[in-house]
Amino acid sequence: MRSPGYFSRAVLAAGLVFLYLPILSLVVFSFNNSRLVTVWDAAHSPTLKWYAALLSNGQIVDAAWLSIRIALAAASAAAVLGTLAAVALVRHGPFRGRTLLAGLTTAPIVMPEVIMGLALLLLFVALEQAIGWPRGTGALTITLAHITFCMAYVTVVVQSRLAGFDESLEEAAMDLGAPPSAVFRRITLPLIAPAIVSGWLLAFTLSWDDLVISQFVAGPGSSTLPMVVFSKVRLGVSPDVNALATPMVLAVSTGIAAAALLLRQRERRRRREVQLAAAAEA
Amino acid sequence: MARLSSASGRRLVAGVPLAWLAVLFLAPFLIVLKISFSQMRLAVPPYAPLLAWRHGLPAPQLHLDNYAFLLTDPLYASAFLYSIKVAAVSTLVCLALGYPMAYAIARSSPARRTVLLMLVMLPFWTSFLLRVYAWIGLLQSDGVINNVLLALGLIHRPLVLLQTDFSVYIGIVYSYLPFMVLPLFANLEKHDPALLEAAADLGARPFTRFLRITLPQSVHGIAAGALLVFIPAIGEYVIPSLLGRTDQLMIGRVLSDEFFENRDWPVASAVAIVMLALLVVPITLLQRFERRELEARR
Repeated sequence: MRSPGYFSRAVLAAGLVFLYLPILSLVVFSFNNSRLVTVWDAAHSPTLKWYAALLSNGQIVDAAWLSIRIALAAASAAAVLGTLAAVALVRHGPFRGRTLLAGLTTAPIVMPEVIMGLALLLLFVALEQAIGWPRGTGALTITLAHITFCMAYVTVVVQSRLAGFDESLEEAAMDLGAPPSAVFRRITLPLIAPAIVSGWLLAFTLSWDDLVISQFVAGPGSSTLPMVVFSKVRLGVSPDVNALATPMVLAVSTGIAAAALLLRQRERRRRREVQLAAAAEA
Repeated sequence: MARLSSASGRRLVAGVPLAWLAVLFLAPFLIVLKISFSQMRLAVPPYAPLLAWRHGLPAPQLHLDNYAFLLTDPLYASAFLYSIKVAAVSTLVCLALGYPMAYAIARSSPARRTVLLMLVMLPFWTSFLLRVYAWIGLLQSDGVINNVLLALGLIHRPLVLLQTDFSVYIGIVYSYLPFMVLPLFANLEKHDPALLEAAADLGARPFTRFLRITLPQSVHGIAAGALLVFIPAIGEYVIPSLLGRTDQLMIGRVLSDEFFENRDWPVASAVAIVMLALLVVPITLLQRFERRELEARR
């Protein structure tokens, strides 16, 4: 048992270093004074000047604001649609169109982004020709496209949560005469709420981060943050982009840590309640 | 609000997402298929209609020109083959790195396991674009890696690391490693340690136990992880654009160039259709594995 254990743990450590080294280097060099991103200017560093440059760059600030609005809308719509799809797939048994729905919900996850971007743009162009809507491309078409690929992720997350607990609670409520909508609201929804929240967060992140699909379906006037960043870094490294990484890494790590703590607390409370209930029964 | 009857409520629950996906996911592919048979023209939109009317009669205008063009111009074949090679090599490297990682996580204590899994997932939540961009600073000729190697005296001239096959592999392995580790972990976690103990009692050496017990049991996890890396890697656009070679394009870049630079929508659509045809088998396989996985959990 010893040798594979040592070997795999060494690879795990190396793998984690590999995953975090680039992120760390972004953060470190965002405080570097030199324009040459990779040469540390010890005499004048650390400095916050790239952060100041970032905040005074109107193009980046506007793009960030647009990206936030799109991500909020797309994640919320995707959470609703994705949850509906998950409930239908896990709880409704066989129905007509089930195989189609199952296939359609997972396909966007693996579909290469260039194909989805192209397909969605051609759809919007064809729709505008046929019914005059949507008028041109822009924030609206980006949001519609983001909802479509984000809802797949929500479905997967909620689906695995729904499959993880059994139906007896819902069936009991049904037997006691609760209408399906009440069963969903009072029993199913509270149980899958954590999954919906993590699905929403995942959808928000994916929308906020999407470059390729947005590039296809964005009009000339609307640039999301990744589009602006991409056009900058295509020409090589630029230190103010490094400065963008630090707040994003910070936001994500605090968000994840908070979510983990909250989940652990809930889980503990739930376990205590189960124990109390068991004790009361005995 | 009037209370919906149970049956129509159920129909609504499945129907709304189904309708959304039919319009915004299924229909677009039919349009791509249609336009791939069309001809480019300088107009808005820049393709000719498939159905023309001649003397009051419908005259279908189906063209296979775009596909013939893809076959005759070696640029497309080479881009397709190169994409397959890059995706295959990256998938193998991901597996070689991801398998031991997933194994080590599955063998650690439950409390540690949560932390380790979170550490693997965390980069996935931070901007993909910025993480790929970070590698430019690490790999370029006056970048961090070259500077460190020069300072250590291991090399005397900077190595050319950026814009090579190597940098594309690094970028893809780095971005998709979590997709390999997670399904493998989900599989390895379920293995019964009693089997390994029994084999050890019977005198099997560690390597034999791995080869005869652990590996055969994890085939499904390996397949799921490999497909989750291979499929998106084929169409990858951002990584080769930022880190890759300039003399050899991947197919995702070719599609995007046809669309944005040449404004040739029909050829871009034909490239997309050929890509899809290439990916149909792996995508169907992946869906089958995932369904089995989900059903096993119920």
